Amino acid sequence: MKLTKISICKFVIIMVAVILVAGIGMPAKSNARDLTVVSWGGAYQEAQRKAYFDPFMKKTGKKVLDESYNGEMAKIRAMVESNNVTWDVVQVESPELINACEQGLLEIIDWDRVGGKQSFIPTAIMGECGVGTIVWAHVIAYDADKIKGEGPKNWADFWNVKKWPGKRALRKNAKPSLEIALLADGVPAADVYKVLSTEEGIQRAFKKLDELKPHLQWWEAGAQPPQWLASGDVIMTSAYNGRISAAIKEGRNFKIVWRGQNYAVDSWVIVKGSPNIDLAYDFIKFASQPENQAVLSAEIPYGPTHVKAVPAVDPKIAPDLPTYPVNLEGSVATDAEWWVDHIEELSERFNVWTAQ
Amino acid sequence: MLESNNSMQRLTTIDGTPLKEMLQRAERRRKMRAAGLVAPLFFFLLITFVIPILLLLYRTVENPEILEVMPRTAQAIQSWDGVDIPGEAVFEALVADLRQAREDRDVGKAGKRLNYDITGFRSLLIKTARKVSQFKTEPASYREAIVAIDGRWNEQRYWSAVKQAASPYTDFYLLAAIDFERDKDGRIQRVPEDRALYTRVFVRTFWMSLVVTIWCLLLGYPVAWMLASLPVRYSNLVMILVLLPFWTSLLVRTASWIIVLQKEGIINKLLMWSHLTSHPIQLVFNRFGVYVAMVHILLPFMILPLYSVMKNIPPSLMRAASSLGANPVVAFLKVYVPQSKPGISAGCLLVFILAIGYYITPALVGGPKDQMLSYFIAFFTNNTINWGMASGLAVLLLTATIILYTVFNRFIGIERLRMG
Repeated sequence: MKLTKISICKFVIIMVAVILVAGIGMPAKSNARDLTVVSWGGAYQEAQRKAYFDPFMKKTGKKVLDESYNGEMAKIRAMVESNNVTWDVVQVESPELINACEQGLLEIIDWDRVGGKQSFIPTAIMGECGVGTIVWAHVIAYDADKIKGEGPKNWADFWNVKKWPGKRALRKNAKPSLEIALLADGVPAADVYKVLSTEEGIQRAFKKLDELKPHLQWWEAGAQPPQWLASGDVIMTSAYNGRISAAIKEGRNFKIVWRGQNYAVDSWVIVKGSPNIDLAYDFIKFASQPENQAVLSAEIPYGPTHVKAVPAVDPKIAPDLPTYPVNLEGSVATDAEWWVDHIEELSERFNVWTAQ
Repeated sequence: MLESNNSMQRLTTIDGTPLKEMLQRAERRRKMRAAGLVAPLFFFLLITFVIPILLLLYRTVENPEILEVMPRTAQAIQSWDGVDIPGEAVFEALVADLRQAREDRDVGKAGKRLNYDITGFRSLLIKTARKVSQFKTEPASYREAIVAIDGRWNEQRYWSAVKQAASPYTDFYLLAAIDFERDKDGRIQRVPEDRALYTRVFVRTFWMSLVVTIWCLLLGYPVAWMLASLPVRYSNLVMILVLLPFWTSLLVRTASWIIVLQKEGIINKLLMWSHLTSHPIQLVFNRFGVYVAMVHILLPFMILPLYSVMKNIPPSLMRAASSLGANPVVAFLKVYVPQSKPGISAGCLLVFILAIGYYITPALVGGPKDQMLSYFIAFFTNNTINWGMASGLAVLLLTATIILYTVFNRFIGIERLRMG
């Protein structure tokens, strides 16, 4: 009988030990793993695979694992805080980059290891933690098979539900819905952030959004706008320019309106405490080479960030890039610094507004 | 003589130990064994459930940023009376803290926390830290030097925010979760209308869960009754029909509803083909779509407890009622329904509590007006990494669920439930 008691005790002790070992054992695994690169998924990541991941593996003989995410910084924070870093290189948007950098979640970039600051266009140097890799844009898109004849030309037309009846889609986010609303209300592109910095400006933007509210449907993932255009759920939408170009490539008769585009830079960052930091630098350097960036722009029309890559892009593709001079007319450069300050307040107000 | 008499009366086992002691020993062993069997589950729950919840509760009130990054300022500002602006000592502490923080690269941590209170405080702090580290010589007056960097340091509300953020615990997130805040003098007040959101979302979460529960009951009751009264070989078939969707991934079921209900989906095509409507109607990305998908997903959680109770109601009782002259409706309402009550309450409680926490389904098939509390918890966790606020809302949801459970227990009694 005594034996049973002991064996139960043993069993409990072993169970506890197993749980503890499992808990301790997991972070230890991250020491010897392959370089993990995280990006936005979909058509874009496919293009990156061709331009960066596969050639890099061939060149170095090192394996690259690629994962996708939706821009949530929470995972990175959890990794850094629990000291269990499973991502090495991540592509992030600028406001998140600045925020995460200030929170100490990212490595400070040693620019000499990625080719020096002078090799990048000025907007690509985003603070201390990020190496800009693409210029992307929020544009208006519509299906020319559904809107026959004259299409919208700018954001004011986007608001014109009399001429083009039907639902519209915008990204469910204060950024860049507020900028877009002001552009539609006639604010010149250069003054958008000046106006938005005042209480009247914010109210003006929300009031303009109010007008369109009954006709709005909100998207959250970049793949949704082309889907909704194709299914006829919406008549026009804001979208990432590359996703629309990818759909055009697949045979859709979509049109992009560049006037009033909101463009921004996405950057590579290295998660703090990454065990593959040397390889991570090699990868970022490789992905910043002008010839490799040109391959990416040919696959999906996002603008390159290396000074030499800009002229290296195929002239046939150049007019599809957000950075093409004609496309930049009347455009708004997303002010990342401004957004880091205002994101909390305006997201809250935006949430209240959408929920009403 | 007396002693030996006593030992005679005491019952002993064969080896002479008193029986009572032996029984106690056996009882103890039994308990130990039971505890040993429960132990793995206990530790599992402790590690994966209890501890995370306690940590979450702690995050709601925890307020470490300013104390960590600006310890000197936090100390110095305690003696400030809150009127006008603080004295030279606080400014001096601020300069020392910002220098240190810039070196440690964690100005942003404090900036993010202060930005919750006043928009723009983050960039003010970062700008000030940058300028402070460029001081060539120590200024004669720290106060004048700081105010010269930015005039906002001369406003009482900025200092008030620092003081409120400089205590180890805060009610900031809990208040924010119920649409309250502290004003610049520390008094609790409601937030302005254009920022009040969570009480409304909270009421909406309860309302939507209630509607879903009622629909599940209305639709599930007849199905459960059919399951319980059909002969076994038919009822097994129906049971499989109930369980098949139950085994299918929630995500798959939600996504298929989008396909079925969308503008050019099957339902709209059927409606237009039958000339019931001339235009496609909006069936998804609104409240209707959320209700349809949620009722569909939660229906098995209503049917199964109902079925397990109904199966044990003897059919002879209904026959007895009709033989005593009750018509079928009366017999059903007076005899059958009261006996199925434990199933009704178990099913409703289960569906309601599951519905309160729903996230994926409203997020995918709902519009912005149909999002429930969990959506905002996920928003703060993932998008703005404001985990204090996420925990605040989670605590709100948890408290409501516990209150609901307690009330339910008081009036209906959880021990009377039969889950199947």
